[in-house]
Amino acid sequence: MTKQKKHVISMLVEDQPGVLTRIAGMFARRGFNIDTITVGKTTKKGISKMVITVIGDDATLEQVEKQVNKLIDTIKVMEMPEDKSVIRELCLVKVSISNKKAKEEILRYTKIYKTKIVDITQKYVTAELIGTPAKIDAFIDLMKQFGIKEVSRTGVTAVSRS
Amino acid sequence: MNGAKAIVETLLKQGVDVTFGFPGGAVIPLFDAYLNYKGKIKNILVRHEQGAAHAAEGYARASGKVGVCIATSGPGATNLVTGIMDAYMDSVPIIAFGGQVPTSLIGNDAFQESDMMGITLPITKHNFQVRNPNQMSPIIMKSFKIALEGRPGPVYIDLPKDTQVGEVTEPLPREVTIQGFQPTLKPNPVQIERAAEAIVNAERPLFLIGHGVEISNASEELAELVNLTKIPVTTTFMAKGAFDEYSPLSLGTVGMHGRKIANYATVNTDLLITIGCRFSDRITGNLKTYAENAKVIHADIDPAEIGKNVKVDIPIVGDAKNTIMGLTSELKKMKIKEKTKWTKEIKKYKACCDTCVKEKPSKRIHPKDVMLELNDILKPDDIVVTGVGQHQMFAGHFIKRSKPRTFISSGGAGTMGFGFPASIGAKVAKPDVNVFLIDGDGSFQMTIQELGTVKEGNIKVIPIIMNNSYLGMVRQWLELFSDKRYSEVYLGTTPDFVKVAEAYGLKGIRVKKKEELASALKRAVKNDCTTVIDVQIEEESNILPMLPPGGNVKDAFGGCMVAPGKFFEDD
Repeated sequence: MTKQKKHVISMLVEDQPGVLTRIAGMFARRGFNIDTITVGKTTKKGISKMVITVIGDDATLEQVEKQVNKLIDTIKVMEMPEDKSVIRELCLVKVSISNKKAKEEILRYTKIYKTKIVDITQKYVTAELIGTPAKIDAFIDLMKQFGIKEVSRTGVTAVSRS
Repeated sequence: MNGAKAIVETLLKQGVDVTFGFPGGAVIPLFDAYLNYKGKIKNILVRHEQGAAHAAEGYARASGKVGVCIATSGPGATNLVTGIMDAYMDSVPIIAFGGQVPTSLIGNDAFQESDMMGITLPITKHNFQVRNPNQMSPIIMKSFKIALEGRPGPVYIDLPKDTQVGEVTEPLPREVTIQGFQPTLKPNPVQIERAAEAIVNAERPLFLIGHGVEISNASEELAELVNLTKIPVTTTFMAKGAFDEYSPLSLGTVGMHGRKIANYATVNTDLLITIGCRFSDRITGNLKTYAENAKVIHADIDPAEIGKNVKVDIPIVGDAKNTIMGLTSELKKMKIKEKTKWTKEIKKYKACCDTCVKEKPSKRIHPKDVMLELNDILKPDDIVVTGVGQHQMFAGHFIKRSKPRTFISSGGAGTMGFGFPASIGAKVAKPDVNVFLIDGDGSFQMTIQELGTVKEGNIKVIPIIMNNSYLGMVRQWLELFSDKRYSEVYLGTTPDFVKVAEAYGLKGIRVKKKEELASALKRAVKNDCTTVIDVQIEEESNILPMLPPGGNVKDAFGGCMVAPGKFFEDD
């Protein structure tokens, strides 16, 4: 099997009813593996931006781009390679505070990772982290030892560097 | 004017003067509007909405214009789905209108409501739901553009009843633009040059011509290119007629049930010049070995097809006509010589193919005899439409066509029941030629109700039913690959099609002996109404040779193959 990688693809689409369903449906129909999907407004009225992380080899990536381009609602498709783009994701992690020592350690780690504490109760602390998917993966991994109560990730968004 | 009138006005502006449809509550306003446009637009009233969809397809395939079908909401619209999917698979430009419940009731599980937008998402080039009457005309105009331009395909338009009844307050647009839709029509001259060079240097080149050439109306240009290069031509099943099959350079159709010489050429070519073809599994078999000894030039208007199935050495994105003209003008500048060693070899084997082995004598008529008899009376402009199954493949194999858009068949979807309504659409598009339908008794029964349509609509087609009470193609597979474990392939008592035709007020002829075929065909052509010819054929005949499903092209077997994998005596 050829090399399966994560590819980030960004697309400008016309903000018509059902455009998200249309694109996600096309991915499903063609058997493309969606890892994350985000969509939001742009500065142009009636045009949205979708960013999709797809898992596959180079041949798959080429087909994905071509098939997305075929859709009438699609205006532009761009590949976002890691070295040529700024890629970010937002994550909220709710961690259990079992004792005072754990609480201190959690707060120390959040400082190192430059995470914001957005909520704290008797039982839990909730951290907000914005970074590359790799950084978020690492932070979540670190928090596992304390007991993660809940995680919510937005999926990746990206802009090109040029 | 209300939304319904806006629909008719826009259709007229787009050059539509006939639609195929069936009414219902949700489209009462639309069909009401037709009464105000008598003499300008007409609807052919079908007997099942599936018939409307396939008729629109037949119309589009025969004429190159957009075919229009109309159904009411709920079950009416869902009955269009098979036809829409069929059009999607074969790149046929149709617009399917489906009535819908009023916008205020959408999502409420109202009477005869169904989510046709959701249902048709994966089987249309695009779909629209009209939300207010002012959107009606611009949406229809955009739909025509989308259906016709680039690679054609079906567009579905959902028409909530209140948008048909409501008043249009803005003037109808003169033209529309679609931001995300700019198909590449002109091929890159660099790629044309590369392709031309490869053609000049090839020793055993072969043209593989697909449906795209027919869609692009490029048959004349193709004939000129072939005449200049003297390179043999094979077509896909879908492109039968795109190149004159009577030409000495024509190898007939290629693929699973294609001509032996065509598949032989594919295996032995060193340069596959592919234009307007999507390399369906029906012609490639196992992709790992397909054309493994050849460089591949792939020219198509849809960039997504290039490299999708077959690895391509020289890709060319563009309209087939432009590509062919580009190649011709480039090759005229270079010195192209005929590859006489290759063409001699091909012509020698083709001669063998043309004098096919006779079938064993049989009690009933052999399908091949029907095809050859029909071939004798066919005029170049006549249209042959088929259903799906063995009869379809016999037709593809033995009938010869010399002009484009004269062989109409459901290739990609393989929809049984396509034939009869499609032949109706084709006849409406081309009233001055004879339209013959080759159908199976299984396929014909799926849309037999359209006999009512031809009677009332005064539409004359000539259905030739290959009647053997079997689901022939499936039976063949069970015989060849499952040790004759026949399961659910015997249809049993087939109705007396002559009596059925007469019950509809039409005519019927039964043919039991080979000698009766010619006179039956002549009589049906002479009659002034549709005449159903019920031909009692061999129960268990097979259409061979065949490519093993998913197997290698070079492992073709059966029929006139010397042995599995051996095409000719001294190859």
